[in-house]
Amino acid sequence: MTDIRYLAPPTLDEAVRAFAAAQGAARILAGGTDLLVQMRNGMARPGTIIDIKKIPEMTSISEAADGSFWVGAAVSGAVLAEHPRFGTVWPGVLEAINLIGSTQVQGRASAGGNLCHGSPAADSVPAMVAAGAVLTIAGPNGRRTLPVEAFPAGPGRTNLAAGEILVGFTLPARPAGSGDAYLRMIPRTEMDIAVVGVGVSLTMAGGVVTAARVGLGAAAPTVLLVADAAKALVGSKLDDAAINAAAAACSAACKPIDDKRGTIVYRTKVAAVLLKRAAAIAADRAQGRA
Amino acid sequence: MNAIDNKWIGKRTIRPDGADKVTGRAGYSADHSMPGMIWGRVLRSPHPHAVIRGIDTSKAEALPGVKAVVTAKDIVNFPLDKSVMLGIQDMRWMCRNVMAREKTLFHGHPVAAVAAISEEVAEAACKLIEVDYEVLPHVIEIEDAIKPDAPILHDFVRHEGKPSNIATTMVNKLGDVDAGFAQADLIIERSFTTRPVHQGYIEPHACTVSYAADGRVTIWSSSQGQFMVRAMTSLLTGIPQSNIRAIPAEIGGGFGAKTIIYLEPVAVMLAKKSGRPVKMVMSRDEVFRATGPTSGSMSTVKIGVKKDGSIVAAQGTFYLQAGGLPGSPLRGPVGCSFSPYNIENVLSVGYDVVSNRSKVAAYRAPGAPLGAYATECVLDEIAEALGMDKLELRLKNTAKPGGKTVYGATLGAITFKETVEAIKNHPHYTAPLDKNPSKGVVRGRGVASGFWFNAGGESSAQLNITEDGNVNVTTGHPDVGGSRASIANVTAELLGIDHSRISVLIGDTSSIGFSNLTGGSRVTFASAMVVTQSAEKVIGQLKERAAKIWKIDPEAVIWDNGEARPAGPNAGQFPPLTLKDLAAKANEMGGPIGAGVQLNTTGADPGFATHCVDVEVDVDLGIVRVLRYTAAQDVGRALHPDYVEGQIQGGVVQGIGWALSEEYLYNAKGQLDNASFLDYRMPVCSDVPMIEPIMLEIPNPKHPQGVRGVGEAPIVPPLAAIANAIHDALGKRFYSLPMSPPKVLAVIDG
Ligand SMILES: Cc1cc2nc3c(=O)[nH]c(=O)nc-3n(C[C@H](O)[C@H](O)[C@H](O)COP(=O)(O)OP(=O)(O)OC[C@H]3O[C@@H](n4cnc5c(N)ncnc54)[C@H](O)[C@@H]3O)c2cc1C
Repeated sequence: MTDIRYLAPPTLDEAVRAFAAAQGAARILAGGTDLLVQMRNGMARPGTIIDIKKIPEMTSISEAADGSFWVGAAVSGAVLAEHPRFGTVWPGVLEAINLIGSTQVQGRASAGGNLCHGSPAADSVPAMVAAGAVLTIAGPNGRRTLPVEAFPAGPGRTNLAAGEILVGFTLPARPAGSGDAYLRMIPRTEMDIAVVGVGVSLTMAGGVVTAARVGLGAAAPTVLLVADAAKALVGSKLDDAAINAAAAACSAACKPIDDKRGTIVYRTKVAAVLLKRAAAIAADRAQGRA
Repeated sequence: MNAIDNKWIGKRTIRPDGADKVTGRAGYSADHSMPGMIWGRVLRSPHPHAVIRGIDTSKAEALPGVKAVVTAKDIVNFPLDKSVMLGIQDMRWMCRNVMAREKTLFHGHPVAAVAAISEEVAEAACKLIEVDYEVLPHVIEIEDAIKPDAPILHDFVRHEGKPSNIATTMVNKLGDVDAGFAQADLIIERSFTTRPVHQGYIEPHACTVSYAADGRVTIWSSSQGQFMVRAMTSLLTGIPQSNIRAIPAEIGGGFGAKTIIYLEPVAVMLAKKSGRPVKMVMSRDEVFRATGPTSGSMSTVKIGVKKDGSIVAAQGTFYLQAGGLPGSPLRGPVGCSFSPYNIENVLSVGYDVVSNRSKVAAYRAPGAPLGAYATECVLDEIAEALGMDKLELRLKNTAKPGGKTVYGATLGAITFKETVEAIKNHPHYTAPLDKNPSKGVVRGRGVASGFWFNAGGESSAQLNITEDGNVNVTTGHPDVGGSRASIANVTAELLGIDHSRISVLIGDTSSIGFSNLTGGSRVTFASAMVVTQSAEKVIGQLKERAAKIWKIDPEAVIWDNGEARPAGPNAGQFPPLTLKDLAAKANEMGGPIGAGVQLNTTGADPGFATHCVDVEVDVDLGIVRVLRYTAAQDVGRALHPDYVEGQIQGGVVQGIGWALSEEYLYNAKGQLDNASFLDYRMPVCSDVPMIEPIMLEIPNPKHPQGVRGVGEAPIVPPLAAIANAIHDALGKRFYSLPMSPPKVLAVIDG
């Protein structure tokens, strides 16, 4: 590694300016648990590193009066876990973020970094998709918002325009009777990468699903919102027919590859299994049973 | 010496190297640096199989900051037609492994190396080296490599008179298998495959080398034998052994793979050419790509039994992957697979198959696990077919003292039965198992046994009494698994002094006599033997000194509890003389006190192990988790129980990885696809339960403390034990490792 400029601007405006000024030679640094690995193995050779952890907006968590949550892009998993309310409202999103790496990695890794790295197997993303998170993005041309599922563009690629920075996530207000869950399949028990990951968010009333969202990871070039699976669940009492239909929709949505981490056949089957299991947990949480 | 009232032997003392290791002070391979030092990097072949038509290093040499470039021309060439052996290693293959000569034989094979003022410059220079390759078709798997039309790796290899990738055949025979099978009431024959697995040590290979102006070489590196480093470097560079000093660094794991070298001769030649000390450190990627895994295998085992379960004949055929150059551990499966059992008719045949993968290196009980995998799975099927308890079947057939093994040895005391009985009587084996605890979850229990030869061999020790009456013990063995702790216990016991007064050190090649590798479960056995004899000599000297002071006969002096005393009332009335007293008078009474012993040790009888495991299978995801694991083994005498347990637990965990998740994955281009700990799936802590070791202490009569080697045997049974447990859970048998989730799910879905 040769000379690298390190900047840690205290405001978003300064970060955006510095990032634009570097004209593509700079990289944003959140926790660095992806970026530093890439720099070590020669896949990234930035001239400038812009550390966003000094920017209050990007490291804060807040619950608005309407019940929606703001999670700054650079908030680490460990900090989010310590928030007194976030995990009770969004247990599935929290468990997805907390699955990343180990205790050491949790002290650094952020949901923003997880999303911006662009991996189809990123653990927090299917849970964020299921949650219906909306992103705030800042760039040379100002701010914009984007649903999280519209963000990934392919393995290692995102829809951030040149010079844009992800500022954070807004998770919508939670109606009563809501619950979410995230499950991933890994061959080991930890320190592994998802072969398939499924996030489910449900709202239920009187045992009937009134709203549902399903996010599917590691089963296609990008994390997917599986609308057909959600459709199969809404209006049902999560009876076998509805669950099986949703599971089949998850399998049908898979466009996986055969690779060292899993086969097409295996991933397609597992997507269905995880949908069933995650839906059951989300339903228990929605109905206050867990 | 084996008494229960031992003060130190068998006690869990603090290990001599512990404080340095937990505080980050211990000096591993990559920790040594020197003034003026430069960095070496290796250029590796991008092709799995190619002729090297030429190498042009001129652009690399012209790059500012580059100090030296070496290729195969700088390494001693051992011609292909004449074998030159160093231990079990053939230098024809070693010289071609450290630097590709005529051909590159695997993706990652070293082709050239550069030393420069920084790693970055060295790396950049590697990219400037122009290699003219003639790319050849490659072959990776055994079944492809033994096909008649397979690409041939080596023209000089012949099998049955024809060019072949089968480099060697090993045949071991006992009795007449055809006659044996003719008597059988039941014969079961099955074929199995296993994948190459890496030893997975945390510390990558590294070394620092100085080549002084007078031609004397110093090497700092970690290995399983500094004398091996010296000898192999000498052979590959042509520098006499007397001019090479190999200093052993602390070692971060070897498990067999550090019984050979990769970097040292290359670094020596870079240092010689540049006139500067050179440091080389492999990346994890290089470790996976280019250092030895153990062989993958394809085997068939056939066993014939009478209705009562007695085995009348056994036959095994084992094809092992050698990698690009010959040398797979045939002796392991051929010799060990049937040796726990008393079988009159055995035919065991091994084939050494070359293909375009990195050359294998030793891995814990080399080759034995894959043989036991096949045998112990077939025995499980036999027990099932006969309706016999699985352990009873083994008890019925245990090898007998004085029995002859297929590999030629006659067995001495046999303690196999004891390991089987220990499991049979253990609460684990008798505990009820809820086979279907919840929907989609099934559980099963399996058992398997294993055998390892164990080894003695050359060891040296020196025991010196310091001027202030304390003790330094030096041996010539790198301490991989706690051997210093064991030696400290033995020395304290023999001299009758407090453990804290003893320092145990590992000598370099110039400060201690020749000592063979730390491997084959030999070091605690052999070094305790030479240390015991050294201590006995020192005690003899101490008694003589006391006798001289008291002016009595040395025979009339005893050494007891750290002091010399008159043997009895007839010897005279003298106050005891402590080690400190005698050390203080050393010079006036004849000079420094100390002794060394160098021996080719013998008497290492084989090791036996029997394991029991419970597994749980998630039938919808195909995931297998190990719930409970109990491992019984005859350890002879646990000089330091922590490190005996550690060996057993470590061996089992490596076996679990081998059985369930570890494998080398090659893509269609013949390149290794998973050269990282992320994708080469070794178990992590949370994947394994607490492994319960049952240490059976049945003293080995041929060893002063009763020691029996313990390091290898525990990796032998797990592969079959786990396969048998999965069968118990699912009612389905697996014939191929690893039993990874996609494979398990495919079998479940049928
Ligand atoms: C040992 C280990 C284990 C891991 N285990 C897992 C796991 O189980 N599951 C999993 O999903 N991942 C895992 N990862 C990957 C990684 O930890 C996660 O992706 C993590 O969430 C990345 O967050 P970060 O804050 O460290 O990102 P960084 O490394 O700081 O950034 C990641 C990428 O996003 C860019 N970036 C970061 N923030 C922004 C922003 N606000 N705007 C624009 N671009 C930005 C960076 O430039 C970089 O390209 C693991 C990594 C390691 C080293």
